Amino acid sequence: MCVVCGCGNPGGPGPAGVAVDAKTGDLHFGAGAARVSVPGMSQQRAIKLEADVLGENDRIAARNREHFAAHGVTALNLVSSPGSGKTTLLCATIELLKQYEPGLGVAVIEGDQQTTNDADRIRATGAAAVQVNTGKGCHLDAPMVEAAFAQLPLHGHAHHHHGLGDGHDHGHAHGHDHDAMPAQLLFIENVGNLVCPAMWDLGEQAKVVILSVTEGEDKPLKYPDMFAAAQLMVLNKVDLLPHVDFDVERCIEYARRVNPAIEVLQVSATRRHGMNAWLDWLLARTRAGAEARECA
Amino acid sequence: MHEMSLAGGILKLVEDASRREGFGRVAQLRLEAGKLAGVELSALRFALEVVSRGTCLEAAQIVIDEPPGQGWCVNCAQNVQVHERGQPCPLCGGWQLMTNGGDRLRVVDMQVLD
Repeated sequence: MCVVCGCGNPGGPGPAGVAVDAKTGDLHFGAGAARVSVPGMSQQRAIKLEADVLGENDRIAARNREHFAAHGVTALNLVSSPGSGKTTLLCATIELLKQYEPGLGVAVIEGDQQTTNDADRIRATGAAAVQVNTGKGCHLDAPMVEAAFAQLPLHGHAHHHHGLGDGHDHGHAHGHDHDAMPAQLLFIENVGNLVCPAMWDLGEQAKVVILSVTEGEDKPLKYPDMFAAAQLMVLNKVDLLPHVDFDVERCIEYARRVNPAIEVLQVSATRRHGMNAWLDWLLARTRAGAEARECA
Repeated sequence: MHEMSLAGGILKLVEDASRREGFGRVAQLRLEAGKLAGVELSALRFALEVVSRGTCLEAAQIVIDEPPGQGWCVNCAQNVQVHERGQPCPLCGGWQLMTNGGDRLRVVDMQVLD
């Protein structure tokens, strides 16, 4: 405030859009982008945002992650190009888990642009599935997964069920008996696309990229963002190796060029080759999730 | 074509700011798309043009900075510049690179008119 007359003028910066010379107090009304002061016309001003474009998605993904943990759910985001055999791998996996881990709850969120074909295939195995049709969208995002998870029976587990649309703002940090909670596995089958889904965090514990040997062995180099984002590469359809020109070692070498830490498994979902190692990997993930919850 | 979703995210950030800060029009919007962010800039520009029609972002000048990618080389034990994923360390030629920079898409700032 002005100490002389109390007029409220701090004697500092002048009116909006006017530059003030710090040394002399001179006012420059033509300092805006228009280089001229026009009464009634606003001058340009700068606004700092410094915001991640995916920040909103990432916030909801973090909420999904907490939500999954609170329900004892280990979520995996399965990504690949169309036709790599994701759904076939899932159906075979669910059948084997029913046999060897009958206590493990399994559910699937199926992402496709159109049709409920994949969710129908999953439901035929007896596992719960919800289809998310993205329309023209090329990937799943965190809000879609949040909405889909609310539809699944995993969501009701170890939890006094609440109606949809209650905002999910209840505290998950308390009120749940985590020790007694059975482990559950949620597969999120993303839209078949090796580009776009790499950028969207859904709240998963890990991304699993599936590559079939009927594709090119250089896909990790052609679509590096996806292989860089994945923790595991599953090479599928290895029963076809004698019939195709696919160099497994070179493919693995390419994948490690873009992601030195990536793990690799070789399977054939239709012939049930390599499925034990895949199940072991999944079960290790669910145990890791349970231990992390106990420590939390 | 995930650039359309990204353009929608950018527009939302701008419109939220417009309500918060009370401006009517954006003259210039400055973005930062790291070389390893996985964004195709021409597709993003096209998508922004489409989604901004009839909004405060329409006709704004879009400036996009492209900071280089950066990765930690395990062999060299230091950060090195990474031009694209799948390329070796420029110092030692090895592949033990963990990306740690130039992989974000951000809205930096904007020039607005009331």
